[in-house]
Amino acid sequence: MKSFIFFSARILLITPWLLRFSAAQAQNMKVSHFSFSSTKAGIWLIFIIAFALLAAAFALKNKVAALRKNYRKMDDRQRENILKEHTLQLNSRQIERLLRYKNKKIQGGMHSVILLIPVFIFLAVSTATAQAAPGTESGSLLSESGIIITIVLVLIPILAALTILIVKIRNAMNQQRNRLRREEAEKLAIYLQNLPDEEVDTILRKRKAALDYSLTHRELSGNEPAEDSKGLLNINREAGVPIVAVKKKALPRPNIDPSLSRLVLWYLGCATCWLLLGTTIGEYIGIKFVAPDADHVSWLSFGRLRPVHTNSVFWGWASLGMLGLGYYIVPRVSNTKLFSIKMGWYALYLINASVIIGSICLMAGINNAGGEYREYVWPVMLLFGIGLALSLYNYIKTIAARTTREIYISNWYMVAAIIFTIVIALAAYIPSWQNGLGETIIQGYYMHQGVGMWFMLFTLGIVYYFLPQQLNKPIYSYSLGILAFWTQILFYTLIGSHHFVFSAIPWWLQTVAIVGSMGMAIPVIAGTTNFLMTFKGAWYKVSDSYTLPFFLVGIIFYFTGSMQGTAEAFRFTNLIWHFTDFTVAHSHLTMYGIICFFLWACIYAVVPRLTGKEPPQITVGAHFWLALIGLMFYSIPLMYGGTLKGLLWMSGKPFIEGVVQMAPYWLWRAIGGSLMWLSHLFFAYNMYKMIAGKEALDIREAAIQQLEKSATPIA
Amino acid sequence: MELFDDHRKLFGTATLMFVGLTIMVAILPAIRNQEDNRPLPGAVPLSTEATKGKAVFVANGCVACHTQQVRNVDMDKVWGSRPSVAADYAGITRTDFWRNTATLMGTERTGPDLTDIGTRQPSKDWNLVHLYNPRIVVKESVMPAYPWLFTAKKEPSKSDVVVNVPAEYLKSKDDKIVATQDALYLLAYLQSLKQTKLPEAPGFLYKREDKKEAANATNAAPDGQALFAANCQACHQANGEGLPGAFPPLKGSPVVTGDNLELYVDIIMNGYDARPGYGAMPPIGTNMGFTENEVAAIINHERTSWGNEAKTVTPEEIKKIIDAVKLKAAK
Repeated sequence: MKSFIFFSARILLITPWLLRFSAAQAQNMKVSHFSFSSTKAGIWLIFIIAFALLAAAFALKNKVAALRKNYRKMDDRQRENILKEHTLQLNSRQIERLLRYKNKKIQGGMHSVILLIPVFIFLAVSTATAQAAPGTESGSLLSESGIIITIVLVLIPILAALTILIVKIRNAMNQQRNRLRREEAEKLAIYLQNLPDEEVDTILRKRKAALDYSLTHRELSGNEPAEDSKGLLNINREAGVPIVAVKKKALPRPNIDPSLSRLVLWYLGCATCWLLLGTTIGEYIGIKFVAPDADHVSWLSFGRLRPVHTNSVFWGWASLGMLGLGYYIVPRVSNTKLFSIKMGWYALYLINASVIIGSICLMAGINNAGGEYREYVWPVMLLFGIGLALSLYNYIKTIAARTTREIYISNWYMVAAIIFTIVIALAAYIPSWQNGLGETIIQGYYMHQGVGMWFMLFTLGIVYYFLPQQLNKPIYSYSLGILAFWTQILFYTLIGSHHFVFSAIPWWLQTVAIVGSMGMAIPVIAGTTNFLMTFKGAWYKVSDSYTLPFFLVGIIFYFTGSMQGTAEAFRFTNLIWHFTDFTVAHSHLTMYGIICFFLWACIYAVVPRLTGKEPPQITVGAHFWLALIGLMFYSIPLMYGGTLKGLLWMSGKPFIEGVVQMAPYWLWRAIGGSLMWLSHLFFAYNMYKMIAGKEALDIREAAIQQLEKSATPIA
Repeated sequence: MELFDDHRKLFGTATLMFVGLTIMVAILPAIRNQEDNRPLPGAVPLSTEATKGKAVFVANGCVACHTQQVRNVDMDKVWGSRPSVAADYAGITRTDFWRNTATLMGTERTGPDLTDIGTRQPSKDWNLVHLYNPRIVVKESVMPAYPWLFTAKKEPSKSDVVVNVPAEYLKSKDDKIVATQDALYLLAYLQSLKQTKLPEAPGFLYKREDKKEAANATNAAPDGQALFAANCQACHQANGEGLPGAFPPLKGSPVVTGDNLELYVDIIMNGYDARPGYGAMPPIGTNMGFTENEVAAIINHERTSWGNEAKTVTPEEIKKIIDAVKLKAAK
């Protein structure tokens, strides 16, 4: 924890220095002339693909070599030693089962078949193809877009085929590995079966006695039994240098309806897909600030892709993630079953459909004429709205059937968030009050309520459930949560127009918005205090858990990001920061720093409980640090550069100077964005491991199982 | 408490509170602004072409980077002669059955504000070449290029609008870039964006008082280079060399370095379209309301830069000429 703080502090200190350094360099910097249609880019692309294929071929070769090593003949003594070792490693229960089997004195028939898979043929084929693939290039023709398209079209099936081939080989090798292990298990079984009785007595019984031996636990503590039946001890079973900290595993919850579990996992899986897609687009449009001529395709132009990015991370990633977690929490805290699983599925279909159709429409140039986050035309948003309404009905019906008297505070936040969002969407899409400035007033209200009443309110509800659960203690103060709830409604509803300070909208409305923004300090401080005080006395758990660091970052940004919003609303700060990249930094600090980190924390908390599979610790760590460092690299340069740009505008300098001045900060943003994007790849991989990961066959368990199986028919 | 334990009452209360506040801070102010404001008397409604151009503007998401609001603060003075008022937007209604009202006020100024772009940069040639690829005329620009609003033809017909694109931006040297109808619509929309005159407009806030006092004290002339950068550079370029085939060079130009001051001032104030090889220059001085001080500063900057070595002028002599060319323009 301490090192974490030091590290972040160091980043904060170093970054402005780096920025100034690069700013000096970049005074002469011009817009990059990189373009996907240039010859250079084509050659680079092909080079990268060739490199990737080489790497893949090399990895495969290693795998095969490892496999071959296993095949190498061992002499009998070596083999016997290995089998003996296995025998000694049997656990007490396995020994007991073995002894029981031995006592029955049953002889079982054995037959073993060894199959050799010609892996080398696969390897030869794949390397040959790998070398052939990039060879389709030819000189100056590469600058012709028709040729490039053709090459890409040719490469797509080749790459797809190669991918499938690699996956197949991997599967074949996994099967082969398990077959080898099974074979070894068979030998072990034979060995165990043929063990002379005296040896059974001398070795195994002794071993079993030794294994079964335990201290009475009364030596020091008297007659009270002391054992780790609650799993309080956290033992590293693979001794060695701990490169990755060992974290506590999630405890499976046995009583979760598998159909609900499936629903929740699908919500979270879809959300992950939208995160990947939405941030890939975000990354690309971030790069366009540095290389504006990267492509000249109308569907991929900045103005069209920007809303695709914002809307897909909003309505695809964050909304589906929140609703999915909601489907888990609402029945849990109501201590009842979800009202309708089917309705949950319909909502999922509708929301996914809305984001897919909406994204295509935006890229085709069909949008709602202006307002940020209101870019989907109404029929598309209607699908989303129906999805919300179904979820709301489902949640409320579940809460109505609750077996507890009180309604846990999570449900307050989450249900209220859905109700409010439906109200907000209606206010934003009903045309009766949208003419002239009416549109602007509604836009201010809509864009900020969408953020604060949908994402923030719902996420707070989720955190009120998962944070206490992960800390294994109740929330510090229930009443602070209630205070935050009502004050959030009171103040947040007022603040939308602070996006239009100094514009033509009524002055009094701007003032109300600024006052409301100041009032937001109350719910924010109440919420932050509540969360941090819940940590009190349990800080040691942070180092033990892979979810709590995410919560902690979320809490820190909840405070700093929200208070930054308040500061930005003042009239003077509007002079410097409004219209600059500072706003972009702020929205990422909040939507990413708060919402995404909280969502990740909760997803890592719940998915292993549903599937019983853990994500690899090293990739969780990579996800966390890349996301955090990436966010810092993204937002600090934009805030710094945005401030400079605002000051430049205020001093009356020509507009283009502001653009030139931003170049290095836009480059830093692209770098930070790339790190964030990379972290999402790790997150997606972790999701895959948690949901569909496969585990290696347990040799000892398989041997015992086989013995039991062979014994059954005769017995 | 019973309120908190009954989901109907709890969520009902929260919803009532939220809807009540929503009506007060959003719905009612929106309806009042919609009902109480009318377009200004001098406001010109969008032409059919401009309306189609606005649709192109909307479809390509230009609002992501371009605002259309002059705030009532001093720093926004460069974007218009007065702050935008509610009446400026009053004539804008729902776009069509599918699309909402497009006031296009925007929230981000990655590119310049466009409220008054029709006054500031009305040049057809400049706008078209800038849309084809902004970096042809503004090297540092990060604006996307819009080549799909243009077509390449080997032999354009007489009615085609040919854009002067430098060879390095062409795929084939024989290509001529022709503006599509969409590009011309968009051009019409941009040219139509002009602030309506308002005699008693509200003032700008947060004036830069300290600098003004300093300026008055030393009676310093306006900064010619900054004025050139803001008003002339987009076409004539920072190096004064213009763009061959589109915008004439000022470096070594006989008009700039010669003695015919009257022609020089006339061009700045009233525009120029006498040279067939180049695009027409808009009446930038009249549009922007240049004073004699500003015109003198620009002339002096142009006469002493890029190797030009001509006699500088004083605001007094320029004032006389401005009055004269104004009369001429009025005729």
